[in-house]
Amino acid sequence: MVEAAPIETRAIAAAARAGVAVPGLIFGVLAALPAAAVMAPENYLLALGTRIMTFAIAAAALDLIVGYGALVSFGHAAFIGLGAYAVGILASHGIGELLIALPIALAASVLFALATGAVSLRTRGVYFIMITLAFGQMIFFTASSLAPYGGDDGLTIASRNTLFGLPIFKDPRTLYYIVLAALAGTFFLCRSIVGSRFGRVLRGAKENATRMATLGFEIYRFQLVAYAISGALCGLAGFLLANANDFVSPAYMSWQRSGELIIMVLLGGIGTLYGPIIGAAVYLLIAEFLSQWTEYWQVIFGPFLVLVVLFGRGGLVGLFAQLTGKRHG
Amino acid sequence: MSSLLFVQILNGLQLGVLLFLIAAGLTLVFGVMDLINLAHGVQYMLGAYLAVTFYGLTGSFLASLVLALVATLAFALALELLVFRQLYARDHLDHVMATFGIILFVDQGVKLVWGAAPLSLPVPELFSGSVTLMGGLLYPVWRLVIIGSGLAVAVGLYVLVGHTRVGMLVRAGATNAPLVSALGVNINRLFMLVFGFGAMLAGFAGVMIAPILSVEPGMGDAILILAFVVIVIGGIGSIRGAFVAALMIGLVDTLGRSFAVDVLRLFMGPSPARTVGPALASMLIYVLMAIVLTLRPAGLFPAAGR
Amino acid sequence: MKRIGFLVTVALAALALTPAQAQDKLKIGIITTLTGPPAVLGGQLRNGFQLAVKDLGGKLGGREAEITVADDELKPDVAVSKVKGLVERDKVDFVVGPIFSNILQSIMKPVADADTILISPNAGTSNFAGKECNPNLFVTSYQNDQVHEVLGKYAQDSGIKKVFLMAPNYQAGKDSLNGFKHYFKGEVLDEVYVPLGQLDYQAELTRIAAAQPDAIFVFLPGGMGVNFVKQFRQAGLADKVKFLSAFTVDESTLPAQQDAALGFFGGANWAPNLDNPQNQAFVAAYEKEYNAVPATYAFQAYDAAQLIDSAVKAVNGNLSDKNALRAALKKADFKSLRGKFTFNNNHYPIQDFYLVKVAKRPDGKFQTEIAEKVFTDYADPHAKDCPMK
Repeated sequence: MVEAAPIETRAIAAAARAGVAVPGLIFGVLAALPAAAVMAPENYLLALGTRIMTFAIAAAALDLIVGYGALVSFGHAAFIGLGAYAVGILASHGIGELLIALPIALAASVLFALATGAVSLRTRGVYFIMITLAFGQMIFFTASSLAPYGGDDGLTIASRNTLFGLPIFKDPRTLYYIVLAALAGTFFLCRSIVGSRFGRVLRGAKENATRMATLGFEIYRFQLVAYAISGALCGLAGFLLANANDFVSPAYMSWQRSGELIIMVLLGGIGTLYGPIIGAAVYLLIAEFLSQWTEYWQVIFGPFLVLVVLFGRGGLVGLFAQLTGKRHG
Repeated sequence: MSSLLFVQILNGLQLGVLLFLIAAGLTLVFGVMDLINLAHGVQYMLGAYLAVTFYGLTGSFLASLVLALVATLAFALALELLVFRQLYARDHLDHVMATFGIILFVDQGVKLVWGAAPLSLPVPELFSGSVTLMGGLLYPVWRLVIIGSGLAVAVGLYVLVGHTRVGMLVRAGATNAPLVSALGVNINRLFMLVFGFGAMLAGFAGVMIAPILSVEPGMGDAILILAFVVIVIGGIGSIRGAFVAALMIGLVDTLGRSFAVDVLRLFMGPSPARTVGPALASMLIYVLMAIVLTLRPAGLFPAAGR
Repeated sequence: MKRIGFLVTVALAALALTPAQAQDKLKIGIITTLTGPPAVLGGQLRNGFQLAVKDLGGKLGGREAEITVADDELKPDVAVSKVKGLVERDKVDFVVGPIFSNILQSIMKPVADADTILISPNAGTSNFAGKECNPNLFVTSYQNDQVHEVLGKYAQDSGIKKVFLMAPNYQAGKDSLNGFKHYFKGEVLDEVYVPLGQLDYQAELTRIAAAQPDAIFVFLPGGMGVNFVKQFRQAGLADKVKFLSAFTVDESTLPAQQDAALGFFGGANWAPNLDNPQNQAFVAAYEKEYNAVPATYAFQAYDAAQLIDSAVKAVNGNLSDKNALRAALKKADFKSLRGKFTFNNNHYPIQDFYLVKVAKRPDGKFQTEIAEKVFTDYADPHAKDCPMK
């Protein structure tokens, strides 16, 4: 843990340098992607882009607490599952209105976050990792035993959510831009949270909890609120994922999925908010294209992750900063 | 009923002992080197695979056990040299990503080398068959061997850690690694020793379980999560904690799976009990972990100074 | 995806009645599980299909076949993403797959939405056999329940009195035990549901030993079955309790179970020793090509390729008229390796089912062999709920 601080400061420095440029570039590319449909069939490209952005939302949300609060949640897939199941369960009862489904998805995520966060935040470090895993597993097994809603097999969603009866998620291009808007909203919300007084307390607690406490802040409350916001945003990702896939399944909240989210954050660059977006994109694109090439793609992907750790401090964003010559220390 | 309970307790002990073999190395590596090694389960898998291969070559279980242990040790030391040594000074999250990468690599690599189909290892002739317990219930001898050897390892570790110089250094390392280093101990060698030894214990667990479970790619992943549950409940760095927690988890999981439905039938109809029971049984160890961590946020036996 | 282009581009333009279409390749997308332990099953599916295409000279229905293989990783959302890639990007004419029921549930909608034909060479869930039957889905395996019913019927007819049932705790597991009980009217001592993926069964074996049943019926697919069979034998129960099972002992698991599974029973619509010339040729060719005994997954995929071949031939390679294509598929005008084969109104097969028994062949390999026929021309009961005619 000795090295933790320099990595952190470097990541923040890199973030400051990158300023608005990198996020601007990311969102520019994403907005222009549908126009690139000449290169690949449009619907495929849109579906892939939608999937990447959905996970990017979840990864950015996770980064909010991992990167700025040092709260490594190993159960965040549970929130994706809650958001997705809210859509699925309501749809199976014939309720497809977005204005009902989305608030319920978010509320379920917030409630679960408050209930489990209240307990989990009493622990630190690896203990926090494992207790969030425990709650994630509990919700996973609960979903697996929901026989009326497909149990382990999952649940097909007959029709996607509508807004005042308008099928806004039906057209893949519209869905794509809605998810893009959600990602942009997530990113700027998290960024403004990080920059606010609230965010400074959160970061301060990460660096030195005792000092923040002596300054009179009730860190626990700040962390709980951050945990709930992060959970709600993951619930949003789950809500969108269910609509994009027309399907929900307990597999959405397996511990492997929670692990993948952490890897996306770390791969992209922790504590940058845009790093995880890059991380989600790289992770899913590598999985998509490398697996087309060979069924043993993980033999390549695994060492790639190791190399990123060994040579790029602060994930791909950090690696990029080092390669562009701005070396420190 | 009481004899059934007795047999299930034996089953729980067997699972607990297995978990202890894996968790012991994990908790030592974590405690002494402050390293989160997700790839620890890989050693367990490799132990099993190598035993199958060496059994095919030698036809002797004992020989394949020894060879597999040597091979897992060699693999672990190679990994330590190539990757882990670079990681000790790094952030926990860097450990997570690097060792996750190693899992992906080895899981697929195993599939490339041995194929995706499950393999198996026969029970050694000497220990095949069952013994009759009270109530006329049969119990496989091999499982008793696993329990016995696991307990023997536990006693050995207790002596090693508690009453030798190396053990003293390990204990000191778990409490305050920089201090040990400052005292002029070759910390690199100590780290290598602990890492290799822990990996070998996991490999041993893999060999011992191979006659019972199918040997397949990814077999170490689920058990790794359980091992983490064990070391967290026990308190990181504590061998004693790992032992107690492993037995707790083994017993709770086994007894939960065996009797959850019966217990629930007292409160509800047989059909809902059959649905809720298994889900609840799967959750039980996580509930246990959540309760323990709520009451004792650093586990049952937190290492001092941590 | 791996383009296993069978580039046997012998220019047989003379044979093709519609040259313009014959030049286009027929695109097939296979969605199967190639990650983790179930990769064995997924591999059999892929191999069986590819073997058929090879036997047909690299062509299906007179058109050169281009096969794209996608790995669903046994994750429903990954499967959806991959299938969208197959139908939207690769514009495949047929999707063949998957192995697992939960994957079938997730990919049916995206495939049907693109009006592509889905041929399932293994998964056959009850919902798609009944109310939710789909004109674009054709199943070359069975309706899942039927395999379990084989064992239930056999247990009932052979005078077994007391049974102990066990299955994983998910929908297919519950369907399995209900399927068994549909025909078995004797005493069920206990029903046990274990978590999916459970590896150690000592706790359950202890219960079985205490209950002293005449027979057990288990549904423990893949690695679960490997572990259970070994532990059942080790516990010394094999000599006392008859072992009936579904998807627990087959050619995909026998290489690991070996002698431990000897004499155990399963249910199937086929076995490697089923006596007809096509099947004997298939088994020999499969073993030569892939160095493994084929299981039902491989043979059903082989039949899926034959089915596509027959239908594309029947419409002269013109796939634009989907109604004509569906009608041609429904006819199932090919020689199935299992012998008799017709489609019911729900596009699920009507076929015979057998009790099969694990045996060791003279060459030391293990396979299931037909013990007795249990059902003749058996259709699944859900077909009556299907609105299709």
